[in-house]
Amino acid sequence: MKRNLTVKGMAALALALAAPVAMGEVSVEEYRAMLADKDANPGFLVIDQGEVLYKTKRGPKNASLEKCDFGLGPGKLKGAYAQLPRYFKDTKRVQDIESRLLTCTVTLQGFDEAEIKKKTFADQRYNETNTDIEMLAAYVAYQSNGMRINPPLKHPAEKEARKVGEAYFWNRHGPMDFSCATCHAEDGKRVRLQNLVNVYNKKDIQATMSTWPTYRVSHGVARNMQHRMWDCHWQMRTPDIEFGSPATTALISFLTHQAKGGTYDLPGMKR
Amino acid sequence: MKNRTLILSALLAGAFGTVHAAEDLSAKVEKLVASSFKPGEGQDMSRLVQDETQKLCSKYRNNPPAKDADALNKRERATIKYPDGNKLMGDWKNGEKLAKGGFGMRIGAIEPDPTAKQKGGNGGNCYACHALDPKEVAAGNIGPSLTGYGALRGASDDIVTYTYDKLYNAQATVACSSMPRMGHNGILTPQQVADITAYLVSPESPLNQK
Repeated sequence: MKRNLTVKGMAALALALAAPVAMGEVSVEEYRAMLADKDANPGFLVIDQGEVLYKTKRGPKNASLEKCDFGLGPGKLKGAYAQLPRYFKDTKRVQDIESRLLTCTVTLQGFDEAEIKKKTFADQRYNETNTDIEMLAAYVAYQSNGMRINPPLKHPAEKEARKVGEAYFWNRHGPMDFSCATCHAEDGKRVRLQNLVNVYNKKDIQATMSTWPTYRVSHGVARNMQHRMWDCHWQMRTPDIEFGSPATTALISFLTHQAKGGTYDLPGMKR
Repeated sequence: MKNRTLILSALLAGAFGTVHAAEDLSAKVEKLVASSFKPGEGQDMSRLVQDETQKLCSKYRNNPPAKDADALNKRERATIKYPDGNKLMGDWKNGEKLAKGGFGMRIGAIEPDPTAKQKGGNGGNCYACHALDPKEVAAGNIGPSLTGYGALRGASDDIVTYTYDKLYNAQATVACSSMPRMGHNGILTPQQVADITAYLVSPESPLNQK
């Protein structure tokens, strides 16, 4: 993937990055317009890094990820993300992009799953750059840019993941009594000034799901849906939900099916 | 308003009750949770254990049958505790600080809230969902606006008690309310609930200024 960041784009980016500290001078609308400027999206740099990483021989088995099967066959990346999550015969479970990447780094490259899971997200408090799995997810997802969100719903496990994922969406727990639905089941809601997606509003959820993975300006890194799931749970004051766990994957299955028919517009850029 | 909600939930329960009965996924969700969080340093697995109210609200997606909703209200009402001396109007200035705060109780190994920073207790997180002081524009809208709360309602004993009870345990009156049971769940102490009550009701509070 080759894409040059234009001078105009870089200027807009500088403004976008400055915006959170100078919010008084820039309206929220102007800020959002700057976020929508594709040429200024630093997520493209992360995608490039992900591509290099994907093709590099690494790990105890000294192999690249080029033979990873995301559902369309080994090494077939084009359009694969648009058809995730899906059931995989080899692992006998429904997997999303990140949990599948985890499988491939273990089976193809010989990395230790528990070791990778110790550090899946860059820590924005210390200005860390993206972790390997964040870069890889950004790259693999981008190969479905411009395509329709179309996760399969044939295998019983896929139906089950969607259904149980929705039930979990309504599950209230933790000291705040929150479920996902507390914030994400009605139109026009906000936490402070942050708009909240209504997952039962087709346009709303399509706009959300079609723009992940996304570059998060306030974090200075690209984030993926597994991070979004962890972040919401953290705010809900639960323990850390596990990366690539059955619950996050089921939730992502439900959300992706709600957004079916939307068009991937990657990478996204958000606050 | 409350009656209307009850009638509506009764109608919904009648219409969709059988669907819920056929599709009770609670056991599957419980299994999902059990396989998706791991105990360890900084984690608190007890937070994932649902009480009876959380179970019911999850099962019925916040629309429990009227009979269950009544039992829930009674059960939650019985949990309400008052501060020593039963003074429900506390210090509105401290209430203001608590209302603005959003810090505290986030746990885990990745980004826990450092307890050293929690000198005044947990934040009440009120602005996440409610408009309060008219000068604060960064207010959420998941809950109703509370701007002018006391100016509109006065500061009678009934209003003070109603407000305290609502803050301490919102589900004592509204079954499956979106609002956290701030006092009952230990986010705020009874004294802190009284302070926020004063912030809402007191005529001196900036929330009640034009």
